[in-house]
Amino acid sequence: MIAEAGLAALWLAAALALLQFALAALGLRGAGNAAEITGAVRPVAIVQGTLAVVAMLLLITLFQQSDMSVKLVATNSHSAKPWIYKVAGAWGNHEGSMLLWVTILGVAGAAVAWFERRLNERTLTATLGAQGLIALGFYAFLLFSSNPFARLSPAPADGQGLNPLLQDPGLAFHPPTLYAGYVGLSVAFSFAVGALVTRDVGRDFARAMRPWVLGAWVFLTLGITAGSYWAYYELGWGGWWFWDPVENASLMPWLAATALLHSVTVLATRDGLRAWTVMLAVVAFSMSMIGTFLVRSGILTSVHAFAVDPERGAFILALLLLYIGGALALFALRVGTVREGTTFELVSREGGLVANNLLLSVILGIVLIGTLYPIVAAGFGVQLSVGPPFFNKAAGPIALLLVVVMAAGPLLRWRRDRLNEVVERLTWPISAAVFAFAGLIVFATPIGVLPLLGLSLAGGLAVASVAPLWKRDLRRTPLFTWGMVIAHLGIAVSLAGMACDAAFTKERLVALRAGEATRVGPWRVTFDGLSPVIGDNWSGLQARLTAERGGSSRIMLPQSRTFSDPPTVTSESAIATVLDGQLYTVLGAADGQGRWQLRFWWKPFVTLIWLGGVLVAFGGALSLLGRLRPRRRPVERWT
Amino acid sequence: MTAKSQRLTLVLLALAAIVAASLLALSALKDQAAFFYAPSDVKRDGVPLGRAVRLGGMVEAGSVKRAPDGVTVRFVVTDGGATTPVVFAGIVPDLFRERSGVVAEGSFRPDGGFVATNLLAKHDEKYMPPELAKTDAGTMHETKTLDR
Repeated sequence: MIAEAGLAALWLAAALALLQFALAALGLRGAGNAAEITGAVRPVAIVQGTLAVVAMLLLITLFQQSDMSVKLVATNSHSAKPWIYKVAGAWGNHEGSMLLWVTILGVAGAAVAWFERRLNERTLTATLGAQGLIALGFYAFLLFSSNPFARLSPAPADGQGLNPLLQDPGLAFHPPTLYAGYVGLSVAFSFAVGALVTRDVGRDFARAMRPWVLGAWVFLTLGITAGSYWAYYELGWGGWWFWDPVENASLMPWLAATALLHSVTVLATRDGLRAWTVMLAVVAFSMSMIGTFLVRSGILTSVHAFAVDPERGAFILALLLLYIGGALALFALRVGTVREGTTFELVSREGGLVANNLLLSVILGIVLIGTLYPIVAAGFGVQLSVGPPFFNKAAGPIALLLVVVMAAGPLLRWRRDRLNEVVERLTWPISAAVFAFAGLIVFATPIGVLPLLGLSLAGGLAVASVAPLWKRDLRRTPLFTWGMVIAHLGIAVSLAGMACDAAFTKERLVALRAGEATRVGPWRVTFDGLSPVIGDNWSGLQARLTAERGGSSRIMLPQSRTFSDPPTVTSESAIATVLDGQLYTVLGAADGQGRWQLRFWWKPFVTLIWLGGVLVAFGGALSLLGRLRPRRRPVERWT
Repeated sequence: MTAKSQRLTLVLLALAAIVAASLLALSALKDQAAFFYAPSDVKRDGVPLGRAVRLGGMVEAGSVKRAPDGVTVRFVVTDGGATTPVVFAGIVPDLFRERSGVVAEGSFRPDGGFVATNLLAKHDEKYMPPELAKTDAGTMHETKTLDR
């Protein structure tokens, strides 16, 4: 019964999405009494979002009850699984994750209908209509090609289990957070479409759109940070970013959203960059959809690609072309009617933000080309893969250039500034960067060029990002200024972590007998021995290591786990976190002569990478709070 | 600067940036993209030196030998038509075994041997690296994929 109720909720939600679009279209066409029809769109959007949530909750209930008569539960769950993975397992598969996607789409639309009060009524109606149309396509995708509630007859005695790599607490938080960001960008897309339809691109539009972009961006930042940490400790490879196509699929919307976040500020504050901002809003969610297509079509292979099914890939591709193509066509038709806003000098806050946008777009282009190239090549019968050497070489230098712009940007004045004054304001940041550079050259050779520049620039950026608070009454500094300062500081912190990891990591791969010891960086690690361990649905081996450093010692227990449903072996790394870095240990296989392979990394300050990511998200959240709270207009100095 | 000329400047800047990015990306791609080889390809086309490539095939039965240091593994990859010797220092994937599919990332030595920096094995009973699905070694497995 529950499965049927879920399916009914989905059909009903799809019908309401259609109604939402139709009402909006009618309301915008009709003259005179349009306000009444328009007034009905809000409640429809709210009910549609609620129904999607109901369907998601029903699917979770089915997983919770291990109802093996439901195909999706039978193929992806197992009754012996811990309960948290039964809940999270609901989205650890193709159909469930698409349902989560659509649910968040519905919730985003409902949230706009419920909370949005700044946007004028006509544009809001058009926005909700666009959101309904997007939802309709993805409901159709679920109902016609990915029904999560399909039954299985006869029901098997037990399920096939969840991929052990996904049996991690991260699965409970990572997909919902990432999707909230990913799909949250649909709001920006719909806003852009709405504003194009009603020819209403301007400051008020930008002010209304900004909090939604910020919100999605905060979730996306958190989702990427969490995903990076998951890959770091779960895969046992010691790396934190692999330029895997799936990672790129989440990075591309983030790059576009970051650019949008900055250009929308120019539009809201100075009424400039109108067409460009609308374009970016379209691009940002297009990147989300392209990412969904890449991940869900099975064109790529990764832990995220649950199924290879050309029909589904074709369906998403069709939706993608329809929505992106439609939005771009609308843009092309209406861009002439978007009056260009005010002008500005090259050396100005606007100029800095334009540079930010251009550089982010270039990085986005590089990541997109690198991600799609193997797929295009495969179309010509050439098999190849594009990995870290390409992305680091192509995107790294531009990212560093972006850091320079980022340091200077917040210290620039709106409209017009003088170059020599800017350099004067940048005295301290430049000194910090030069000081760091000189220190590294003297004390830390040999060091690669990118890590060297990265660490120096991180120092400069850290100083520059707090500079806007200089000589300011901190209690009266608006929240969004604090947000910007903290987010920029977070980038500096994260960059420092990446550069330290690249420059100073010590790696050691050894085969040891019980009782033998080895050195890695400042640590002396002793292999005490091996013991069997047993978990809820796995059994395995656990190494006992004693890691000593400067008189203190700690026990570390890396494991090798064997899962039975489905039969798989995974290694669980053991990580010791100390103030100045992490010691990372992995247990390998026996070498056949009584020794065991062990792999160690000493990674100084690697934790800064994720600490920085969290700071960036926190800064975004503060900024969002500052934008939402009604306030008196402060004197805008360097904000 | 008038609004019109400013818009033109911005458009030109954006275009220049995009062109620069594409050129940069494509030139880097030429050097950095890792092509996929099977041992037969190497036999036919010669050894691609000095660049990162992927080598895929089956681990030949009886070919896996461990060096005395306990961490270096030597084995032979075959695709039925030809063989390539591979050396790898590291922890082999959990499902790396003889008569099973493997994709090695690394580069060739002038003598035709392959130095792997990373190994991707069939991940579990159901999954295997995508390239293998297309070679002879892969036809005996399902084509469901789960890379790493």
